[in-house]
Amino acid sequence: MIQVSHLTKRFGSGATAIHDLNFEIQPGEIVGFLGPNGAGKSTTMNIITGLTPSTEGHVKVNGYDVFENPIEVKKQIGFLPEHPPLYPEMRVEDYLKFAAQIRQVENANIKIAVDLALQKTNIAHVRHRLIGNLSKGYRQRVGIAQALVHRPQVLILDEPTVGLDPKQIIEIRELIQSLKGEHIVILSSHILPEVTAVCERIIVIHQGKIVFQGSIEEVLLQTKRGTIYYLKVREISQKAVQMIQQIEGVNSVSIEAKASRLIIGIVSDVSHIQEKIIEIAVKEGMGILEFYPEKMSFEDVFLQLTQS
Amino acid sequence: MKIRNIQAIMLRDFQSQFTSPIAYIVIAGFMVLIGWFFFHFLSHFAQSIQYHQLGLGKGPTITEEILQPLFMDMNIIFLFIVPFITMRLFAEEKKLHTIELLMSSPLYLSEIILGKFFSVCLMILTMLALTLVYPLVLWITGNPEWGPVLTGYLGTFLLASCYASIGTLFSSMTENQIVAGTLAFATGLFFWFIQLAGYSSPFGEILNHLSLVNHFVPFSQGLLNSSDIFYYLSFIGIGLFLTYRILDSYRWR
Repeated sequence: MIQVSHLTKRFGSGATAIHDLNFEIQPGEIVGFLGPNGAGKSTTMNIITGLTPSTEGHVKVNGYDVFENPIEVKKQIGFLPEHPPLYPEMRVEDYLKFAAQIRQVENANIKIAVDLALQKTNIAHVRHRLIGNLSKGYRQRVGIAQALVHRPQVLILDEPTVGLDPKQIIEIRELIQSLKGEHIVILSSHILPEVTAVCERIIVIHQGKIVFQGSIEEVLLQTKRGTIYYLKVREISQKAVQMIQQIEGVNSVSIEAKASRLIIGIVSDVSHIQEKIIEIAVKEGMGILEFYPEKMSFEDVFLQLTQS
Repeated sequence: MKIRNIQAIMLRDFQSQFTSPIAYIVIAGFMVLIGWFFFHFLSHFAQSIQYHQLGLGKGPTITEEILQPLFMDMNIIFLFIVPFITMRLFAEEKKLHTIELLMSSPLYLSEIILGKFFSVCLMILTMLALTLVYPLVLWITGNPEWGPVLTGYLGTFLLASCYASIGTLFSSMTENQIVAGTLAFATGLFFWFIQLAGYSSPFGEILNHLSLVNHFVPFSQGLLNSSDIFYYLSFIGIGLFLTYRILDSYRWR
């Protein structure tokens, strides 16, 4: 379990990177840290893993305070930092062996641990290659392998899918999902689909403060304003537009002449609005081409939360 | 502190030195210079023997004519090349962010520092081992005194390790390797020449005592003075302690 309380970080220059962060993560959770660049995600992760000290506040991992008991905490954490800490002159296998050694994996178990890490990240076929010669995607996977090699209870991944192609992104996603239940996984990203696909809970950070904490569903519920429907027609008739405006439950109708479509804002709870709109459109002979709803996307939610 | 951790870091750093051309160039340069000096001293020695047989000049000894100057030259060369080896120790890791691998692992800072320092010492030992060929040649063809050979190597190793501890300290202070190397070299030079002020200044005794090279002279003569050994060990200890302080300060900033 990770407990973060009143975490604040101020840099010498006076800049406040994060301010009064409070959250708890229970075993088995996969949590996403979301936020625009510069929000404070990496700083928070660096503090949790003991790389940077906090100015105020505490972080406790399984009861151990990261400032007072850094060794205990670091034994239980696997960290992939923003810049993967790879030695370009080493071979993948040797690098992972070294990582296992300094993470206190028993000598007898090192080979197995390395093999497992190679397998999980699907890089067994490049185990003898120099890290410096690998492509970005493979290097990223070596970075993840190094975080996994000692089977830590807590996995903290700072932008794990950056630089990966779609296929690799899916593989990493599956890997993370396979860790569910065993480990705590904290994932940070500004690529929203990544986070929504894998995480159960998200924490949105903006300008150093938490602006939202909760499950994905809660996020969408919170900011649901209503639904917008697009009606694409052959010919727009002003009379039809007025009639649609008068339907109960329709908030607004605007016309996009170029795209030949109407943008209709409706209150979601009212029933049969869609049928009434279609009826009018057909009666007035507008000629229906397309009729589809626009759900408020996660991107919109995110932008709304980080607008301040 | 676990030996296992120190060893793992030491071996990793030692091996990685050989993946760049620098190590090979340094060792090759070192061997060429030492080889040249050895040849020079040996021919001078042969000449001295001839003069002595003709009744001119005193009889040369292998220790005085070959071994002592050879060790002195080794020390001078180490003054120049050890900063090259140590400059990348921490500076490069900070720049490439690989230091985060070490810092986020359950390692004590002292384990990290000792591991890296020992990797440089291992490199120095490797170079010294390669020079064993010269005493071997002397032994095959002549009759060198083994005492000075052994103490000479010990003294050189300790002295070079002092340079290594200076280099480690400066490497921990900056991300720029060139700055680290230059400052390390300048400091080594300072402690070499600090004795020059000793002759004229009232603090002469103290300054002489601080000089790295003054403490080496007995080693080259076959003498093992505990005071010299303690001086070198303290010097190394202070360098590493200051390195620890500097890196530990990141825990507080």
